[in-house]
Amino acid sequence: MMPAPVRLLDLTVTHDRHPAVHHLSGVFAPGSLTAIVGPNGAGKTTLLRALAGLHPVASGVIDLGGMPPGSIALLPQGGALDRSFPIHCLDVVALGGWGRAGPFRPVGAEGLARAAAALDAVGLRGFERRPVGALSAGQFQRVLFARLMMQDAPVLLLDEPFNAVDARTTSDLLALVAGWHAEGRTVAAVLHDIELARSHFPQALLLARHGLAWGASSDVLRPEQLRAARLSAEAWVDGAAPCRAAA
Amino acid sequence: MPGGGLILHALLLEPFGLSFMRRALAGCLALSLAGPPLGVFLVLRRMSLMSDVLQHGILPGVALGAAAAGLSLWAMGLGGFLAGLSVALLAGSLSRATGAREDSQLAGVYLVALALGVAIVSQSRGVDLQHLLFGSVLAVDDAALLLMAGIATVALLGLAVIWRPLILESFDPEMLRAAGSAGARWHLAFLALVVLCVVGGFTALGTLMSVGLMMLPAVAARHWAAGLAGQVRAAVALAVLASVLGLLASYHLDLPTGPAIVLSAGALWAGSLCLGPHSSLARRWLRRPHLAG
Repeated sequence: MMPAPVRLLDLTVTHDRHPAVHHLSGVFAPGSLTAIVGPNGAGKTTLLRALAGLHPVASGVIDLGGMPPGSIALLPQGGALDRSFPIHCLDVVALGGWGRAGPFRPVGAEGLARAAAALDAVGLRGFERRPVGALSAGQFQRVLFARLMMQDAPVLLLDEPFNAVDARTTSDLLALVAGWHAEGRTVAAVLHDIELARSHFPQALLLARHGLAWGASSDVLRPEQLRAARLSAEAWVDGAAPCRAAA
Repeated sequence: MPGGGLILHALLLEPFGLSFMRRALAGCLALSLAGPPLGVFLVLRRMSLMSDVLQHGILPGVALGAAAAGLSLWAMGLGGFLAGLSVALLAGSLSRATGAREDSQLAGVYLVALALGVAIVSQSRGVDLQHLLFGSVLAVDDAALLLMAGIATVALLGLAVIWRPLILESFDPEMLRAAGSAGARWHLAFLALVVLCVVGGFTALGTLMSVGLMMLPAVAARHWAAGLAGQVRAAVALAVLASVLGLLASYHLDLPTGPAIVLSAGALWAGSLCLGPHSSLARRWLRRPHLAG
């Protein structure tokens, strides 16, 4: 399935009424590869979670262009999962087939073969029966990438995919991301490494709760813009009045 | 050596020549098949103490059932099921509505339920609190056996149905939500099965000990297998063993049966904890040379 554009129209997403993403408008074009950059507390993760349907939208609209809700796959930050759960790598990857198999339909030999191929593609051949609790941070991230491949979604959102991951794993995973981009999928990744964003991501969104800039990464990631992002308020204001910006 | 064979026969098989022992064994085997797999999930979902809450929480329902319809097993069972489910749901919704920690709300609700249960029992003539609290494995009649077998069947089939979503909901609940499937639905179905098993256990083991046969083997199971399926199989095997050992101990040593079964399960847990092949004390203390790769 080809991706449709993902449009944000004056989007505000809040934590306890305080805006984490504030009046953001723009579009993830079909097949675009976007780095989402900004300081801590800029709303990057919240934006991804809202796009994935995990966080309610306070105001504004997320327009998926008619794609069904399951068309967006999210790679969560590794810490969000229970890694002490006694499940092995192949089963984790196979769970990525939930969109097709759902709670009851069989995964089948074909599904298991796809899961094994995905594990192979992330460089973990032979890890099928390894419990996830026995993996290093980098290996676990590879498993999550394999699960994402299994989900086979037109829009992929990656939340800090290269955190706590060594240089070799990063370059392997970047190659996978480049492959998804070449297949025409829409990909957006939250990144903290500006150099990486410049060199591997054609598009960039600079976020500091407000969208500071959104476009070609060579334009967006200029030093003066990044400085502006760093200076913008990180903490919300206690006792803030209701926002009066025009909706 | 025929003498040894005779002794073994007298020790292990002769007790089950008695029909009430056979009934008790059949009932306990049903409980052993249904409860421990759910117990393994309770452990993995960090809800081990939920079982304790539920076994106290069912008391007012059981007591009301007994007061309303005499000592009808089905009335007590239905009452217990509804009360147990209400305790779990009420605590869950209170904690969501007020932002309080769920365990605090569970503690509050079940303590009230327990006191309410005792109060109801003391007000209704003909209902024996002792019997409700401690059960009587050796007095398992046809109706009780049917109830336990029926509950075990429903619980096993139910767990098979929710197996995959329950794993995903335990391991990565957000993925389930992102896929548009409400995790609460599976959590609720799981809770209903747990309550069902607690109710099934109470007829034999009483409301005080009904979850002993469900939780102790489940807690011990992690010392026998690294994978989920292995842990479930180990838990069932340990529960079956505990049932047989407990019934024999109760017969030969003249112990009350419920506690004998739960104590056997406890002894098996202690054994697993000390000597099991996975993360047991023995594994920790025996220093073995490290591997080459």
